[in-house]
Amino acid sequence: MDFASFLIQVLNSLQYGLLLFLVASGLTLVFGIMGIINLAHGSFYMIGAYLAFVLTSATGSLVLAIALGIPLALIFGALLEWALFSHLYKRDHLEQVLLTYGLILIFEQLRSLLVGDDVHGVAIPAFLDASIQLTEVMSYPVYRLAISVVCIVLAVALYYVIQRTRLGMMIRAGNDDRSMVEALGININMIYRVVFALGVALAALAGMLAAPISSVFPNMGSHVLIISFVIVVIGGIGSVWGALVAALIVGFADTFGKVLLPEISGMIVYLVMAVVLLWRPEGILKKG
Amino acid sequence: MDKHYKIVCNLILGAALVTTGMGSALAQDKVKVGLMLPYTGTFAALGNNITNGFKQYVEENGGKLAGREVQYVVVDDESNPARATEIARRLVTRDKVDVLIGSVHSGVALAAARVAANTKTLMIVPNAGANEITGAQCSPYVFRSSFSAWQPSYAMGEALAKRGVKNVVTLAWKYSFGTESVEGFTEGFTKGGGKIVKDMSLPFPNVEFQPFLTEIAALKPDAVFVFFAGAGAAKFVSDYAAAGLKGSIPLYGPGFLSEDVAAMGGAGEGLQTTLHYADGLNTERDNAFRTAYAAAYKAQPDVYAVQGYDAAQMYHAGLKAANGDPGKLDAVIDGIRAATIDSPRGSFTLSKAHNPVQDIYLREVKDGKNAVVEVVSAGLEDPARGCSM
Repeated sequence: MDFASFLIQVLNSLQYGLLLFLVASGLTLVFGIMGIINLAHGSFYMIGAYLAFVLTSATGSLVLAIALGIPLALIFGALLEWALFSHLYKRDHLEQVLLTYGLILIFEQLRSLLVGDDVHGVAIPAFLDASIQLTEVMSYPVYRLAISVVCIVLAVALYYVIQRTRLGMMIRAGNDDRSMVEALGININMIYRVVFALGVALAALAGMLAAPISSVFPNMGSHVLIISFVIVVIGGIGSVWGALVAALIVGFADTFGKVLLPEISGMIVYLVMAVVLLWRPEGILKKG
Repeated sequence: MDKHYKIVCNLILGAALVTTGMGSALAQDKVKVGLMLPYTGTFAALGNNITNGFKQYVEENGGKLAGREVQYVVVDDESNPARATEIARRLVTRDKVDVLIGSVHSGVALAAARVAANTKTLMIVPNAGANEITGAQCSPYVFRSSFSAWQPSYAMGEALAKRGVKNVVTLAWKYSFGTESVEGFTEGFTKGGGKIVKDMSLPFPNVEFQPFLTEIAALKPDAVFVFFAGAGAAKFVSDYAAAGLKGSIPLYGPGFLSEDVAAMGGAGEGLQTTLHYADGLNTERDNAFRTAYAAAYKAQPDVYAVQGYDAAQMYHAGLKAANGDPGKLDAVIDGIRAATIDSPRGSFTLSKAHNPVQDIYLREVKDGKNAVVEVVSAGLEDPARGCSM
């Protein structure tokens, strides 16, 4: 591998890792703060991608589709929390797994009824539909770089909200001791609803952003669900910062694994997870 | 009295003969066709199109095959190999189907073919391309109306070598169909003097291609051969174009690569692939088939519809040879073996291992269609490695 290729692979790793972070951040919030194992998280990614497809077809613009899609995802998340998830906090993990697995099946069936089983493409917005020439044969799509920028902005914003705002303080306090927070007169149910809606919106946004480069297809959520759980576990459950570090580690391991160790590229991410867990069983940054 | 008694006896006997005769006529009246196909999940559209194609042929024959009405037993196999044996067994032993039509997924088809071979039930595979089905696991009872993974890829390898392409990088999903496609290509290509510079793969159904595109750009081969299908194919072709490689390094693959042209935007235009069917064959047979299909289902037929249609044709040929009696299995099998199937793709016969001996087309994506360019390999027969039939 020459130096130019190496640099491009680094770029690939960063870009992939940042997109993974966007999906995993919502999962780690819901899992860590609310204690809910949400297998349907991948479905929210799928729903986001299909929203991008449907709304882009209707409005003619992906930017507009995202602007409409985020509030829709937030409302959808809040409604789901109110109708279903709010009954699960005191139940054990098995019941959560059953409910959220059932949701995967329901969402996929609804998707099949409403949009069908075809593969769809989503057009890249015209102002981002360009490439930067990197070597004489290889160029890099500007849209991929734009996604990375959006992911970085969101990572900083999430960090700020959770570490520096009153809401973030309440969320962290609720994570540490739910009953004490309630005793202090804070409406913990409302906090949970906000966190859940935020988690759904983050996954849906990841789906919307990824739609133009990954295309939109049935069961696309299950592809990202497993890797998201790996990231959450490596990073430390509930730690947004940990999810970022873990997502980047996974991005690098996957990219360079494919090129340097193709024979074991399918398991390299899981090897990394095993090593990290041996070294730090709680994840890299437990409760960052 | 005596006479009267005799008449009554004769009447009863006659009535008994008539009713039993009628009974057996009723029992033989219909042939039972078991459709074991995916109707939900990723391959749902393929299952539906195969079913439509099969039923279209039956309808063209007045709802009958060799004079018998057709009764369908339809089961969704969910493309789940873990359940395939159970479903196939149920169709054979409980529903007592005369012929088993299935399936799309190779794992499912292999498991069902094992059941068919063990229970001596006729089976026609209308899609699954695993070489094994008419290779190492071949059976007198199992036929295929589609293709083997080897066929389109070998033809592509030969064609590229003939064009003078020297160095090729291959990339595929690492599962049996991907591996078999690359092996077929490599065989045809190296036989013609070509060289595989690098053979790359990634786990199915991973679609993060960027590292490979970077590697391809660094290696700068004359061409790239890939196997991907469905959503992965659409994504790969788009990514390949977005990485700027489309203009400088030509991309080739078996026809599944260009199935979802619509989902690729413009990235698919000009893409060349090989398969046993193409758009715009413009033969009388194909035009008639397409017109009838479009009228019946309000949709354009694809290669899957053709494979379903031909499965029905193959069974019809067998039944005709057995004078319409599905119970005469040896005659049915010999009938299919000897038949020339007048397929919309062009007529084909069946090899000793029961796989179509057929023309492979080179196609090019033009205006969102896989337009035929030429026949690159006429009457190509799968080598049926490991089959002792």
